[in-house]
Amino acid sequence: MIESSILQCDEVTVEFDGFKAVQGMSLQLRKGELRFLIGPNGAGKTTMLDVICGKVRPTSGRVTFKESVDIAKKKEHQIAELGIGRKFQAPSIFPSMTVAENLEIAMRQRRSVFTVLFARMKAEDAARIEHQLEMIGLQDKAEWRAGGLSHGEKQWLEIGMMLLQEPEVLLLDEPVAGMTDKETDKTGELLIEISRQRSIVVVEHDMEFVRNFASKVTVMHEGKLLKEGTMEEVQRDDRVAEVYLGKRRDADVSRSTA
Amino acid sequence: MLTLKKLTPARIWLLIGYAAAAAALFSAPMFLSDFRLNLLAKFLAFAIVALGLDLIWGFTGILSLGHGIFFGLGAYAMAMYLKLEAGGGKLPDFMGWSGLNQLPWFWKPFENFGFAVLMGILIPAVLALFLGFFTFRNRIRGVYFTILTQALVIITTTLLVGQQAYTGGTNGVTGYSKILGQSIASSDTKRMLYWITAAVLIAVFILCRYIVKSRFGKVLRAIRDGENRVRFIGYNPAVYQMVIFTISAALAGIAGMLFVLHVGIISPSMMGIVPSIEMVLWVAIGGRGTLIGAALGAVLMNWAKSEFSTTYPEGWTYFLGAVFIVVVVFLPNGLMGLASKFKLGKGKRRSEPEHDRVEYPAV
Repeated sequence: MIESSILQCDEVTVEFDGFKAVQGMSLQLRKGELRFLIGPNGAGKTTMLDVICGKVRPTSGRVTFKESVDIAKKKEHQIAELGIGRKFQAPSIFPSMTVAENLEIAMRQRRSVFTVLFARMKAEDAARIEHQLEMIGLQDKAEWRAGGLSHGEKQWLEIGMMLLQEPEVLLLDEPVAGMTDKETDKTGELLIEISRQRSIVVVEHDMEFVRNFASKVTVMHEGKLLKEGTMEEVQRDDRVAEVYLGKRRDADVSRSTA
Repeated sequence: MLTLKKLTPARIWLLIGYAAAAAALFSAPMFLSDFRLNLLAKFLAFAIVALGLDLIWGFTGILSLGHGIFFGLGAYAMAMYLKLEAGGGKLPDFMGWSGLNQLPWFWKPFENFGFAVLMGILIPAVLALFLGFFTFRNRIRGVYFTILTQALVIITTTLLVGQQAYTGGTNGVTGYSKILGQSIASSDTKRMLYWITAAVLIAVFILCRYIVKSRFGKVLRAIRDGENRVRFIGYNPAVYQMVIFTISAALAGIAGMLFVLHVGIISPSMMGIVPSIEMVLWVAIGGRGTLIGAALGAVLMNWAKSEFSTTYPEGWTYFLGAVFIVVVVFLPNGLMGLASKFKLGKGKRRSEPEHDRVEYPAV
């Protein structure tokens, strides 16, 4: 607990028209941590990410970035500038632009109108984009319209865009949805690689994926924190088994601990 | 690959095409009668509005049905100068008819040509910035923004008609004789004004091309594709929208000033709802999201309008409506879309992306 936290959510509550999507949820993320956020449908996982990236304003509670910046007072684009990147569930890339152009505008840079209007593609920027293209395996499709990519490729492109943004905290909502097993493994390895320098929060439904790559897991249920700990601790927890499996704790979750 | 622009054959042909178009524009006075040249000059002024509209609609995805106003305000600024220059120190005629016996204070500085030109650009720009500030920052977009631009048209034209003593009312401002001491009706002046218009059009085209090809232009297209996503990358779309809307309005103002010089009159009916919508149609028919398409659309549609409406004065509006339906249904990317389809059909550049095409037919 002495380690510096990069992101701290305290007692966050989000209410939509009387319905409490998130109730008094707290979450602490350390530097270089890869955290998985799991829970049944409607547990409030995505809403939690929305709060952190500024898409949704919390009804009450505080979100603090780097122990000093109050996120609730910032606009989305300011939060992104601070260094919190978000990848949405559905791949959201810019379909009418080329793959390279998508990466170019996502790249970390000053984002005021004037600098962007007179921006030149410097050799080092081109090299960064080139490097990213190789990393996400799209170097041969750099000049393709992004809208023409396959679903998995779009996911990769979006991850690539987020990495070029160089955020300190990455928020990923189901990054492996719609990916093949091979792509999923590759994504997991990439996440571990990234988490050496950055902190990551991943919302995930694919339990296989969570088991393979998670070190610390936070379980949410009905907007509240249910359990936090290592994958093993979580799997041994009776309440987790209950919400996940309807009291049949002998099934899927515990079996895989063996 | 990403840094160097190679001089590929396609690029060379494009440059030759541009050079030929520029040469044709500048040599037109040698081939056209004074009457035709005057018409062409008017069309070129319209092409400038179309370019501005294309920046905001074609490239950023925001439909403005209020560009007639920005065009009109530019036109009025120039008209005020021309009226005062024609009067030679006397009060403009319509003011006398309405019972004014002194030049209103805000008319006074328009005796200066430079001031009038500056205002012809600044007034539309500031008005657009003002409207943009209150809409884009509050995330008003799509149909709601379009409706607001229509409201702006109604408010402004009503104001112009109502304040007859200061604006000339329904009749507008007309009756010019001189510009900078030269007779405005002489064919030398007219030719010079034509060349100026052609030069301004080319300059505006180059400016728009620069904007569209710059990283700023890429952010605009990103906003068109997904405004929210742009936000989460770290750009503030509202600022970009305000800037491009302001530039677009300033270009319409410039076009309006040139229009008055060629046509010799500006009145509220030339900048109302119908002209505002017509401007959008030029861009739609030419091909939004391509600069050439917008400019060509404006010139071709207006040329067709003047040809048809002299022969069949009744039929023109039906023809325009029919063309619009055909374009919307069969050619969502306008004439330029047709051209690129033709090119693709021949199997050229199939693997290359079509940067400038607008994917979705709706606003």
